[in-house]
Amino acid sequence: MRSFTYERATDPAQAVALLGHHPSARFLGGGTNLVDLMKLGVETPGHLVDIARLPLDRVEESADGGLLIGATVRNSDLAADPAVRTRFPVLSQALLAGASGQLRNSATTGGNLLQRTRCPYFQDITKPCNKRRPGSGCPAREGAHRDLAVLGHSESCVATHPSDMAVALAALGADVLLLGPDGERTVPLTGFHRLPGDAPEKDTVLLPGELVTGVRLPASAAGLPSAYRKARDRASYAFALASAAVVLDVRDGVVRDVRLAFGGLAHKPWRATTAEAALRGGPATAAAFGHAVETELAAARPLRDNGFKVPMARNLAVRLLTELADPDASALDHTDPRRGDR
Amino acid sequence: MPHTSEVMLHVNGTPHRLTLDNRTTVLDALREHLRLTGPKKGCDHGQCGACTVLLDGRRANSCLSLAVAHSGARITTVEGLPRGTDGLHPLQQAFLDRDGFQCGYCTPGQICSALGVIAEAAGGHPSHVTAADGPPPGEPVPLTADEIRERMSGNICRCAAYPHIVEAIEDVAGAAVTS
Ligand SMILES: Cc1cc2nc3c(=O)[nH]c(=O)nc-3n(C[C@H](O)[C@H](O)[C@H](O)COP(=O)(O)OP(=O)(O)OC[C@H]3O[C@@H](n4cnc5c(N)ncnc54)[C@H](O)[C@@H]3O)c2cc1C
Ligand code: SF4
Ligand code: FES
Ligand code: FES
Repeated sequence: MRSFTYERATDPAQAVALLGHHPSARFLGGGTNLVDLMKLGVETPGHLVDIARLPLDRVEESADGGLLIGATVRNSDLAADPAVRTRFPVLSQALLAGASGQLRNSATTGGNLLQRTRCPYFQDITKPCNKRRPGSGCPAREGAHRDLAVLGHSESCVATHPSDMAVALAALGADVLLLGPDGERTVPLTGFHRLPGDAPEKDTVLLPGELVTGVRLPASAAGLPSAYRKARDRASYAFALASAAVVLDVRDGVVRDVRLAFGGLAHKPWRATTAEAALRGGPATAAAFGHAVETELAAARPLRDNGFKVPMARNLAVRLLTELADPDASALDHTDPRRGDR
Repeated sequence: MPHTSEVMLHVNGTPHRLTLDNRTTVLDALREHLRLTGPKKGCDHGQCGACTVLLDGRRANSCLSLAVAHSGARITTVEGLPRGTDGLHPLQQAFLDRDGFQCGYCTPGQICSALGVIAEAAGGHPSHVTAADGPPPGEPVPLTADEIRERMSGNICRCAAYPHIVEAIEDVAGAAVTS
């Protein structure tokens, strides 16, 4: 590991200023991704600005019924938060489907959003990788890509974004709150992570020196039925092969509103706007859900070894939508929330 | 600016002032500098749980925690668990009674993790298998075998002593609930 200097920030503006003083500095949250990548030599910061103790550790209800989540709230505390569990259950479920109890106790909201891909070539500095070393090539395209993207990938990169939390936030229509050298700005979560295009080294639209200060959940999603479902290689403690987050408002058998996002399929949480448009105002039936989700996934371009993700994602989404539309029909299933994983 | 720092760690109730390279993890500080070899280095990448300790009362992977970032923290390792009159913590005794290990390499991490699990469930933290119609937010979550398996999934046992580990934790969690 490259040797580095260290400072602890006490307020957000100071954290931004401290980072600006060092060309190769990084913010340190819980460290569960950054320290790992420093050990691997993928990240080589010369300076760390520790932001884990910034006073951004609260979950607060806003006047309009939304929720404001601080950047340093730990994943385990966010998943247990009563307001999140009762009014935005999809977020709690997504967090609890990720990593382990130990990791969630350390991991922060900001760090979770900014965690890097688990692509094996990205993590191995002896291999080429356009994301780690722009222009060096993408061995995953012809190599080990079973876990990688089927949607929105490019010639230069086929990586996926590994966060479960971010998929729920995409479905909820969250905003990311940023503070940089030039002040504050807000970016919708669906526009925060990028598709790789020809610049896969950029995971997000975060500008140099910008700090994530929090995430805002809109009141419009509060209290609606919502849920997260994840398929993985083992029942727990594994990244998503595919996942789906749904927020669904059905009245009298008609879809009034629906938000669907996929994880594990792309370089960013994939908000299924085509499927949503097809469903709004139409019947809330399994047939309609199946048709809409298939229309969305028609854009998939699977690689040699990951075609299985397309029907997997389809089934996760259709089953989740169907259960949310008619909880009584699936009430018997509710004893085992993992049933869709197997 | 220096690449080393003065770090204060309160380990098992004893304060230690150490001068450490900033790259030192809590795990290496404990093992290499304080000679506490209970916490084990399995993977060094957050994947196995052998290094689990309680950091300010919550379980964490000490291999991914930088010591300098945790200066001032209270740390509990398996060596510092509160002991009964027979010299063992109830979880240690339960692991013995239930034969909850073979080689024992993962055991200190399993025991510290289990301590965290019991506290988290008592504090109302849900898990991936907690039913939506289970205890309301804030209420303790009963530690069924399913709950224990899910909550302990961050601790890998290469000897696959899992069934006995679950039984040992059930014993202690059950006793904690009824007492
Ligand atoms: C074995 C293992 C299994 C895992 N499984 C899953 C899983 O199944 N699902 C899942 O979603 N995740 C999983 N994770 C990833 C885990 O969720 C992330 O490591 C964690 O959320 C990162 O948060 P952190 O606070 O530790 O980030 P850090 O490691 O501290 O930081 C990560 C990055 O974000 C930057 N950063 C941190 N905070 C801010 C901020 N406020 N503003 C700007 N930049 C910031 C850092 O500079 C760094 O580049 C797993 C991790 C491990 C090790
Ligand atoms: S998929 Fe992306 S991260 Fe993986 S090797 Fe190719 S360029 Fe690198
Ligand atoms: S040594 Fe820390 S998780 Fe494996
Ligand atoms: S007892 Fe050998 S690894 Fe668990």
